Amino acid sequence: MASGKEIRTQIKSIQNTQKITRAMEMVAASKMRKAQDRMAASRPYSDKMHNVIGHLAYAHSEYQHTFMQEREVKRIGFIIVSTDRGLCGGLNNNMFRQLVRDMKEWSDKGAEIELCTIGQKAMQFFKRLGGNITAQTTHIGDSPGITDIIGAVKVMLDAYNGGQIDRLFLVYNRFVNTMTQQSTVEQLLPIPKAELDEELRHHWDYIYEPDASEVLDGLLARYIESLVYQGVVENIACEQAARMVAMKAASDNAGGLIDELQLAYNKARQAAITQELSEIISGASAV
Amino acid sequence: MAMTMHVDIVSAESEIFSGTAEMLVAPAKMGEVGIMPRHTPMLTPLKPGEIRVIKEGGEEETFYVSGGMLEVQPHTVTVLSDTALRAHDLDEAAALAAKTEAEQAMKDKKTDMDYARAQAELAEAVAQLQTIQRLRKKQGR
Repeated sequence: MASGKEIRTQIKSIQNTQKITRAMEMVAASKMRKAQDRMAASRPYSDKMHNVIGHLAYAHSEYQHTFMQEREVKRIGFIIVSTDRGLCGGLNNNMFRQLVRDMKEWSDKGAEIELCTIGQKAMQFFKRLGGNITAQTTHIGDSPGITDIIGAVKVMLDAYNGGQIDRLFLVYNRFVNTMTQQSTVEQLLPIPKAELDEELRHHWDYIYEPDASEVLDGLLARYIESLVYQGVVENIACEQAARMVAMKAASDNAGGLIDELQLAYNKARQAAITQELSEIISGASAV
Repeated sequence: MAMTMHVDIVSAESEIFSGTAEMLVAPAKMGEVGIMPRHTPMLTPLKPGEIRVIKEGGEEETFYVSGGMLEVQPHTVTVLSDTALRAHDLDEAAALAAKTEAEQAMKDKKTDMDYARAQAELAEAVAQLQTIQRLRKKQGR
């Protein structure tokens, strides 16, 4: 049986770990609140953008943008949003597992795959797996701006325009609530058609200034960027929520461990006292 | 009472204005445009400049945008303003940076592999140590 002193040092070290995990839990909780605010703040833009794109799909334009046209799928692209740091439970790994399954399905159909990673973890994972990464962005921090993702997204849009990829997906964690994060694979390009709006059924078209192709290029690129940005912001909220839950579990486990060790320590102490007493008594009776 | 339309001004990172207005003046790419209710549908990029919203009752409010998009529907006007400074060259540079970063990281493969191997070796050594300690404890008893 371990001696009293050994157990005591073990308890001390677990207490120290518990202090750290508890602090991390509280930091994650406050960061999560901020991330949720940011998520709410960027929602009006993506909603409005979504409306405009929905209108656009029913404008009877003579000009058809490549982003709207379905093509035969030979190569596909994924934009993968992950976290920069670990210690957030199975958040990244759950998403990667689902993604790898998806990727396998596509490659079974004979499609080649190109990846664009946002965040350190996706980079590391797919590098080890031997994925074909064409663009990446890391260290976007807790409060990303749209500037941080423009470059990476543009690489994929150019690839789509140039015919290197025929379909583009966005992979991220959707924030449902603090306990639930859902890994999501969403099609970005070609833009999926929205449901038909009765009001817009009649024949009409926009006036484009200066001309349709230029306006649509700018608008659709912004649309994709806004979707990716929304994904990034949601993923950050997910990261903090997952970290908070993971750290809470770790603190609880440490508490349980300390209780057990304390019990063992008390037993050892009692046994030592009993032994000493019996030695003294037997010594006294022998005299 | 004058006719009104719904105006929304949003940027990627926040909502700027939402409400009814009689008229909106915006710096479109081909020149300044004034939009009144029942305007025909229109889409146009915006230049950096100020947007004036004349609200119900003639009160005026101005906002600065660094560019963006303007969508006009007969009863709603939406301004999607940019938060980032946009220019073709800037975007190109950002794309290039993202690409080279990926290439760099792919090149670093070897060091990462070494790291992974070292990590595996370390895990093995720790496991061995633990077994030895456990054996020693058993024998000591």
